[in-house]
Amino acid sequence: MSLPSATRAPAATPGTPAAPTAAGARTARTRRRTLGLLALLVLVVAACAASIAVGTRPLGLGTVWDALTDRSLRTEEAVIVWDLRVPRTALGLLVGAALGVSGALMQGHTRNPLGDPGLLGVTAGASFAVVLAITLFGVGTPAGYVWFAFAGALAGTVAVFVLGSAGRGGATPVTLALAGSALTALLFALVRAMLVTDSDSLDAFRFWVVGALAGRGADVAWQVAPFIAAGLVLALLNAPALDLLGMGEDVARGLGQRVWLARVVGLAATTLLAGAATAACGPIAFVGLVVPHVVRAFTGPSHRWLVPCSGLLGAVLLLSADVLGRVVARPGELQVGIVLALVGSPFFVALVRRRRTTTL
Amino acid sequence: MTTSTSEAPVHLPAPPAPPVRLAAEDLRLAYDDRVVVDGLDLALTDGSFTAIVGPNGCGKSTLLRALGRLLRPAAGRVLLDGRSIARTPTRDVARVLGLLPQTPVAPAGLTVADLVARGRHPHQSWLRQWSREDEAVVAEALTWTDMADLGDRPVDELSGGQRQRAWISMALAQETDLILLDEPTTYLDLSHQIDVLELVARLHTERGRTVVVVLHDLNLAARYAQRLVAMRDGALVASGTPHEVLTEQLLADVFDLEARVVPDPVAGTPMVVPVRRLHR
Repeated sequence: MSLPSATRAPAATPGTPAAPTAAGARTARTRRRTLGLLALLVLVVAACAASIAVGTRPLGLGTVWDALTDRSLRTEEAVIVWDLRVPRTALGLLVGAALGVSGALMQGHTRNPLGDPGLLGVTAGASFAVVLAITLFGVGTPAGYVWFAFAGALAGTVAVFVLGSAGRGGATPVTLALAGSALTALLFALVRAMLVTDSDSLDAFRFWVVGALAGRGADVAWQVAPFIAAGLVLALLNAPALDLLGMGEDVARGLGQRVWLARVVGLAATTLLAGAATAACGPIAFVGLVVPHVVRAFTGPSHRWLVPCSGLLGAVLLLSADVLGRVVARPGELQVGIVLALVGSPFFVALVRRRRTTTL
Repeated sequence: MTTSTSEAPVHLPAPPAPPVRLAAEDLRLAYDDRVVVDGLDLALTDGSFTAIVGPNGCGKSTLLRALGRLLRPAAGRVLLDGRSIARTPTRDVARVLGLLPQTPVAPAGLTVADLVARGRHPHQSWLRQWSREDEAVVAEALTWTDMADLGDRPVDELSGGQRQRAWISMALAQETDLILLDEPTTYLDLSHQIDVLELVARLHTERGRTVVVVLHDLNLAARYAQRLVAMRDGALVASGTPHEVLTEQLLADVFDLEARVVPDPVAGTPMVVPVRRLHR
C-alpha cells in the first residue's frame, strides 16, 4: 500500500483543527456499522423463515404464517411447523449465535486470527464426555448427552486454564493455546481408544460428532438456552475490556483494566457458549472461526460491535447451512456440520486471499 | 507555586521542594528466583522529567514496569502520592499515572482517533459512557500532537514516528499527572527520535506532566531530561542532573566505556564521545 501524499503535506487549512474530517469519517463508519447491523437483522429473519418453510415437505410462507399466528390450527402443516421446524430453528438460532460470539471472544482474547472455540479444549472435553456417556452409561439420546457434553466442555476448559496458568507468567494466550492443543490431542486419543473396541458406541458417537441440528427436540433447546443466554450477557459485558486487551496486557492495565477479571469473564462466557453449543449439536467447526472475520470487514476492530454482530451472523450462517443441507440431499439430509465444512473451507480460503491476513 | 516555568523571578526565596509523586522504597524486583533489581530507593518529584539510563539488562525497564504497577515487587514497595501502588485499584492508578510500553501494537484497522479515544477509559464507567468532555479531550490531544489530520487513518498503516505520536496522544488524552515511557524512540531514525523526544519534552513543559522515560541514547537523555538516573546490575549507581551524572568516571563504572564528555555544542548539556570499551 502506498501512503497517500496528502499525509505528508501540510493541513489544507492551517490553524483550524481538522476535527470535522475525523468526525465525518466517524459518521461514515457509524453508518456502515448500523447498516451492517440492520442487514444482519433482516438476514436473521429471512434465515428463520427459510428454516421453517424449507424441508422434506416444503411449506409456503403463507402456510407458515398461518400456523405461527394461529395456535389453534391443528393441520398437518401446523404440526410440522410447531413440533419440528420451530424447535430446530430456535436451536439453530441459539447455537449459531453462541458459536459466532464465542469465536469473536476467543480471537479477541488470544489475539490469534485463527482462534476458535475448539482451541480451549471445549470440543475435546465434550467429545470425551459423550463417549463416556455412551460406553459406560449407555445414554442414547441427544437430550441425554447434553449434560455429559456440557460437563466435559467445562472440565476441558478448566483443565486447560489450570495447565496454562502453571507457568510463571500466569495464563497467557500462548500458554492457553498450547495447553488446549495438548489436552485436545490427549482426549481425542482416548476417545479413539474407547471407540475402536466398541462398534455400537462408534455408531452412536459418529452421529453426534458430525454436528447436526436434526433430531434434537425442543427439550434440547430449552436445556441449553439459559446457559447460552448467560454466556451472551457475559460476552457483551466483556466487549469493552477486549478492546483494551487488543492493545496488549500492559497497555490495558495502564488504562485501568483489571486483566485477570477480563480473562475470567471471557473464559466463562466462551465455556458457556461453546460448551452449550457443542453439547446440543455436537462439534460444529468454522462458524466460530469465519464469522468474526466477515463481521470485522464492516465493524472494524471494536468489540462492542463485533461481538453482537458475530452472534447474528453466526445464527444466519448456521441456519442457512442447515437449510442447504435439507435441500441438496433430498429426500435425505446432509448434517449441518458437514455442509459448513464443505462450504466454509473454500469461503475461508477466499477470505484470507482477498484480505491481508488480519493481525489482532 | 510549584510550576516549573522559568519565568519565576530569581530574587524570591527558594520555593518549597515539590512533593514526591512516585517513590520506590527498598524495592526488590524478581522474575521467579532471578532477582533483577534489589534494594533500590528512588523518589520522583512533581513536575520532574527523569530519564533512566543504563546498559542492556541493568533492570531499567523492569524498574519502570514496577513503577507503573505492571510488576508486583518481590519486596519493598512503590508509593504513588504516598500510597502503596499495589493496594491502589487499577483504575485509580490509571487516572493519575499513564504508561507506554516499548513498541506497543494496535489491532489491525484501529484508527488513530479510536486509539486516542481509548485513553479515556479510566474516566468512564458503565454509568458514565462516552461524553462531550471525552470528545473534546480526544480532539484536543489529536490537535496538540499534530495528529488531527490522521485521525481516521489506521494506526498500523502509519510510519514509525507517526505511530509513536499516536500513542503519546493516547497517553495525553488519559489526562494523568504522571507519564512513564519505555524507550519511546526504539526503531526510529534520528530525526524521528528527536521529533518524539521534543513531543515528550513538551508534555513536561507545556502540559506540566511528570515524565519518567527509559532511554538508551545518553546524549539525547542528557539533552531532554532534567534528571538522570543511572543503573547497573539492578542497582541505582548515580542520580542527579545530567552534568552531575554523565561523568567520564561514571561511564567507565556503569557502561565499561572509556569516553570523553564534552559540552553539547547546541544545548550545552554533557555529550558523550566514546573512545573504547573497557574490559574488566
